[in-house]
Amino acid sequence: MEYIIIIISAIFVNNIVLAQFLGICPFLGVSNKISTAAGMGGAVLFVMTLATIVTWLIQTKILIPLDIAYLQTISYILVIASLVQMVEIILKKVSPSLYQALGVFLPLITTNCAILGVAILVIQKDMNLLESVVFSVGNSLGFALALILFAGLREQLDLVKVPKGMQGVPAALLVAGILALAFMGFTGIV
Amino acid sequence: MNQLQNFSKGFIKENPVFILLLGLCPTLAVTTSAINGLGMGLATAFVLVMSNLVISLVKNFIPNKVRIPSFIVIIASFVTIVDLSMAAYLQPLHEQLGLFIPLIVVNCIVLGRAEAFASKNNLISSIIDGLGMGLGFSFALTLLGAIREILGSNAIFGYKFIEADGMLVFVLAPGAFIVLGYLIALMRKLNKSG
Amino acid sequence: MAKKESTFFNMVSTLFLVTAIASTALGYMYEMTKKPIEIAKKQKLENAISEVVPEFDNLNTFSLMPKTGSDSVIFYEAIKEDKLVGTAIKTYTDNGFSGKIWIIVGFDTKDNIINYKVIEHKETPGLGDKMDAWFSNENKQSSYINGRNPGTSNLTVSKDGGEIDAITAATISSRAFLDAIQRAYDTFTDNKK
Repeated sequence: MEYIIIIISAIFVNNIVLAQFLGICPFLGVSNKISTAAGMGGAVLFVMTLATIVTWLIQTKILIPLDIAYLQTISYILVIASLVQMVEIILKKVSPSLYQALGVFLPLITTNCAILGVAILVIQKDMNLLESVVFSVGNSLGFALALILFAGLREQLDLVKVPKGMQGVPAALLVAGILALAFMGFTGIV
Repeated sequence: MNQLQNFSKGFIKENPVFILLLGLCPTLAVTTSAINGLGMGLATAFVLVMSNLVISLVKNFIPNKVRIPSFIVIIASFVTIVDLSMAAYLQPLHEQLGLFIPLIVVNCIVLGRAEAFASKNNLISSIIDGLGMGLGFSFALTLLGAIREILGSNAIFGYKFIEADGMLVFVLAPGAFIVLGYLIALMRKLNKSG
Repeated sequence: MAKKESTFFNMVSTLFLVTAIASTALGYMYEMTKKPIEIAKKQKLENAISEVVPEFDNLNTFSLMPKTGSDSVIFYEAIKEDKLVGTAIKTYTDNGFSGKIWIIVGFDTKDNIINYKVIEHKETPGLGDKMDAWFSNENKQSSYINGRNPGTSNLTVSKDGGEIDAITAATISSRAFLDAIQRAYDTFTDNKK
């Protein structure tokens, strides 16, 4: 089924972080512990899917009919910023511990290029509403997968001796590169 | 800090990519060649300077609680202006950079400088900060793009210097991560000793 | 100068004002760049067409639905002094390694391929990306398609029994490319009937 292909390619073949380079800042920032990575992944799943639905509706029902498609960037980013505010408020009430753990990275979801990127991509790829939802769920799962894998690798990296100049981000980037190389192996499956 | 220091900090000492680790998404994605890196860097620099300019002019008219959404609207407007201008006058580059032009609006450098500098400093300093950071960003992107282009396509700025193919991995995803990792380590070393 | 107070009225009115000014400025920008953007797009298409058909002074454009495939192909009949000198066809394949590939291929009046130009693709750089140069390189006759007639030559990759050598390590992109060329030719000949 078409939808299965969309999901598999979003998670593995065209992984949003490792192949499309969207969402790098949180990828490098929130991936030191598996638990925070998982929490971030969940938050992104929620925001990305909701944002894609709302922005898709705005593009097709408002921007295009009124020929104001040039307001896409402004309207999209305002929608995303508001959704993130909403998530913050909800999370504070529902799970204060997760709220604490995510800390400053929660408002930073607004500037997560993955969310804006996916919202724009579904328009570029001419997807209908259902396909867009499947695509954004797939991509956020791919994002979560990349983050969790990377967190696991970084937890291991912390236990090894790394040359002084390469400690921290440089070593992490090399690991990310090898992870990206591994994911390239998926390109045959669709 | 005098204006010369204000300007030059964006190049090495506080280089947004290598030291501050901001704006990494476009850094990795569009640097498959030197010209792409340069184009993206300059487009971002334009948005950075213009939004720093406007924000430092209106900073006292915007109530504190709505400053982030207001900054975002201002930044998004300049990004749209760059997007439309490039589509009209620089079509080939516009196509190459694609999705990442609208993504300038979520480039942490732009919002970051607006919040950290332009909203607290005068007009001239903000413009110069934007200019320094923007050019520093362009420098980083062009450097990364040049390295990937030389190693991966045996070319520089589109000019191929040997007939053979390069090491493919450098123009693909893994190469981006790896070259950036080494560059950051190198820049950190230079920063410490320089 | 003290900052404005964050009263509800101030907040709402500021946001409204900022957005209103921004939208107006952008609307103006949009009107200004509308024409240049259209011209740039047209220019790109015309440049591609000029590379694949002989000189023309008029273009007869129409679109047709091919027998297979998700989209229609677009014909650009090149007319010079009221005579048909060549036909450029904007064709595509759905089987690209990373999605759809759009190609403009030009046929002469004897159904031979004049030249082609890849206009849109997402193939892997350094691999499928080489399509533009690979199949039009006359120094490599085994993969050179210009001048061939798809009606008499088997334009599929040699792995599948055809006459064309695929791009090294990019068989899927090569197959997709030839699929697009075949689609153009089939629709071209079907139309002539």
